Amino acid sequence: MRTARVEGPLSLHPVLATILKRLGLGLITLFFVSIIIFSSINLLPGDFGEAVLGQAATEETVAAFRRELGLDQPAVVRYFDWIGGVVQGDLGTSFSGRASSGIDRSRSVAELIGPRLENTLFLAALTAVIAVPLALFLGITAALWRNTWYDKSASVTTLTTISFPEFFVAYILILLLGTLWPVFPSLANVQEDMTLGQRVYASILPALTLTLVIVAHMMRMTRAAIINLLASPYIEMARLKGESPRRVILKHALPNAWAPIATVIAFNLAYLVVGVVVVEVVFVYPGVGQLMVDAVSSRDIPVVQACALFFASAYILLNLLADVIGIVTNPRLLHPK
Amino acid sequence: MSNDDYLLDVRGLKVEGWADEKWNPIVKGVDLQLKAGQVMGLIGESGAGKSTLGLAAMGFTKDGCRISGGSAMFDGIDLVKATDEEKRRLWGTQLTYVAQSAAASFNPAHRLVEQTVATTVREGISPMSAAVADAKELYAALQLPNPETIGERYPHQVSGGQLQRVMTAMAMAPRPKLIVFDEPTTALDVTTQVEVLLSMRKAVRDFNTAAIYITHDLAVVAQMADVIKVLRYGEEVEEAETRQMLAEPKEDYTRSLWSVRMLGKEPKASDDIVLEIDGVDAAYGAVKVLHDVSIKLPRGRTVSIVGESGSGKSTTARVVTGLLPPSKGEVRFNGTALPAQLGQRNKDVLRKIQMIYQMADTAMNPRQTVGEIIGRPLEFYHGLKGRAQEKRVIELLEEIDLNEDFYDRLPSELSGGQKQRICIARALAADPEVIICDEVTSALDQIVQEGILKLLMRLQKEKDIAYMFITHDIATVAAISDEIVVMNQGKVVEQGSKTEVLAPPHPEYTQLLLSSVPEMDPDWLTRIEEQRV
Repeated sequence: MRTARVEGPLSLHPVLATILKRLGLGLITLFFVSIIIFSSINLLPGDFGEAVLGQAATEETVAAFRRELGLDQPAVVRYFDWIGGVVQGDLGTSFSGRASSGIDRSRSVAELIGPRLENTLFLAALTAVIAVPLALFLGITAALWRNTWYDKSASVTTLTTISFPEFFVAYILILLLGTLWPVFPSLANVQEDMTLGQRVYASILPALTLTLVIVAHMMRMTRAAIINLLASPYIEMARLKGESPRRVILKHALPNAWAPIATVIAFNLAYLVVGVVVVEVVFVYPGVGQLMVDAVSSRDIPVVQACALFFASAYILLNLLADVIGIVTNPRLLHPK
Repeated sequence: MSNDDYLLDVRGLKVEGWADEKWNPIVKGVDLQLKAGQVMGLIGESGAGKSTLGLAAMGFTKDGCRISGGSAMFDGIDLVKATDEEKRRLWGTQLTYVAQSAAASFNPAHRLVEQTVATTVREGISPMSAAVADAKELYAALQLPNPETIGERYPHQVSGGQLQRVMTAMAMAPRPKLIVFDEPTTALDVTTQVEVLLSMRKAVRDFNTAAIYITHDLAVVAQMADVIKVLRYGEEVEEAETRQMLAEPKEDYTRSLWSVRMLGKEPKASDDIVLEIDGVDAAYGAVKVLHDVSIKLPRGRTVSIVGESGSGKSTTARVVTGLLPPSKGEVRFNGTALPAQLGQRNKDVLRKIQMIYQMADTAMNPRQTVGEIIGRPLEFYHGLKGRAQEKRVIELLEEIDLNEDFYDRLPSELSGGQKQRICIARALAADPEVIICDEVTSALDQIVQEGILKLLMRLQKEKDIAYMFITHDIATVAAISDEIVVMNQGKVVEQGSKTEVLAPPHPEYTQLLLSSVPEMDPDWLTRIEEQRV
């Protein structure tokens, strides 16, 4: 049954319309996440003023400090102050550095997070550049030579690396590549004035650690997504048309397997952005994760909120990207009837 | 006769499948000889090994199967002994395949024309531009609409009948010596089937291609094949020239394949209306699918609703059961209007209208035993528990010609026909006045179909149950109905007693539907072809 479709100058390609709709939904999600972030930070025990100024501060100083930061305002007002600023690109000012001395040495949150963010994204990108092609290659070849010794050893190896805790993998790599055969630095001390080459060299061990942690998941999903399709009638048809095993996988199965593969890749990339605190600590890598942990312990609310909001956006964006890949690789959606 | 006379010479071919931790024979040593340009029909019920044999004749086995003996000489090469590489050179060029479900057998990610010319271009038979030009000619020869542009479409943008023809074009493109057709029209509506059959037969004849045509439908194979081979349990029952096979089959088994078409009952009229659908409109969202449908179902009679897919047959059933409330009109049961919503109907109404589905497999919980499946409505509607329930279940099992041995079995331990019988028993357990049968025999083989239909007819006589029988199979309709309702595009085209509806004159659509049903006469398709010229 065909329904009338409104065709006009305003009608968008359905794929574009879907993407815009998803973007809108992402923004709404982000809005709710911001409320959750704000309220859960309000639930943190202890008084922010006291935590920042120290136990010795007098009651008056604390009260004055709270007034200065606007902490005496009702939560709703503070929330809209904060979110209003964020929308205009102002993440606020860090609490730390405002000691009772009276001299304000505080820095803006953007200034604090900026370089850390760059480092985190750099490490995530470096890891992705190594891990994603590796996982795809291993997954596709494992599907091609399924149930052979190659497939089994790829499975066992990647499962072994994922089974160890991250810090353990990190220390093993430091032991092997930093101490026994000192080819890479065990401290990932990246500086702003480094060249790209130097940066890559400095970050290679954390990147390898993260690669070992995420490759198994992506590789196994790639393999499973392809093998899942091998029982379909169109794969049998391809074989009956005399297609070689390699072409059956690459030309007939893979184009239909991108959606689940993209989802699992997005999931792992999101993890690279938001979940690498342990690895940052081991390699003393100046990333956002460490900054956020420090900010939580010092009750530096604006920094914690900004970090959390950034993590949420990264998560939502990457998942959106996976959805978009799922849509554009599905001819049913890309080429509607 | 020397082997050289045959294009394909299969001797003592055996195929085994891995199941229950061992190799089980599927094809048990079959011979098959085919000359160039000859069409052989392979018929038999499901499980007879006809598809497996057709594929094995190409040297191909599905995963989990293997050829364990015999030979298959094709053009001087033994496909059983040939290496994968040698076979791949033949597949898609000399030997091609047309699958049952075209919708599932085209790769959704590639355009139709790419898939049509893939092997021709890959093997260097002709360059891309020539191959595409040839594909367009084939599309035209197979009477596809817009042959110039249809290849630019993706599989999901084309209807099932058209896809089946594109697949035939794909099989023809490299000008093979042999095509294996595996139930190519089984999934199509009768009116579409005629078109596809006509174009496939014409293409095979024009290019003098040899073919193996696999089907369970005798009437279809009678139109297509020069020779028919009947298979059962992986062995040959008999082989004969088509006309001879139809006129005088030698074996009892072959004769039994005809039997469902011999089934019949005298239609009886009745004015005692148990269920009345009155002026019903219904819609899925904004899409209106039923337009002013009115149907009367007399007590203890069978009203068949026929039509193609999309005609609104199953939607009518959904309205009656309350799954889809109508947007206009009402359904009256014993003279009282039924609440439109399922939730507002009381237990007694629910009990009196039961349903049996096409897929007995998915209509039963695979983790429940037969006893639990039939026991559930007994407890729900009649409050029967424990011993009393068990006793009643066994009575019901006996009514459907099974016995208490089945009580503890799981659905996976039953055959297709037995599963459908359990579904019938479940419906009977409620003591219904009306049973809606939605394509209940479509998934079954002819002989099993006959058993189920006989059972339904006997139960009707004993219990005075009215059936609303939804089907697209005219042979079944002719066999069991008292009255017939013909539906097309959500409207009732014609309704009346069986004798009236099946006898001319017909409204245009009924005429089209009836004339599209293949007849056992091997000249049937030829006559249709001539009428059109």
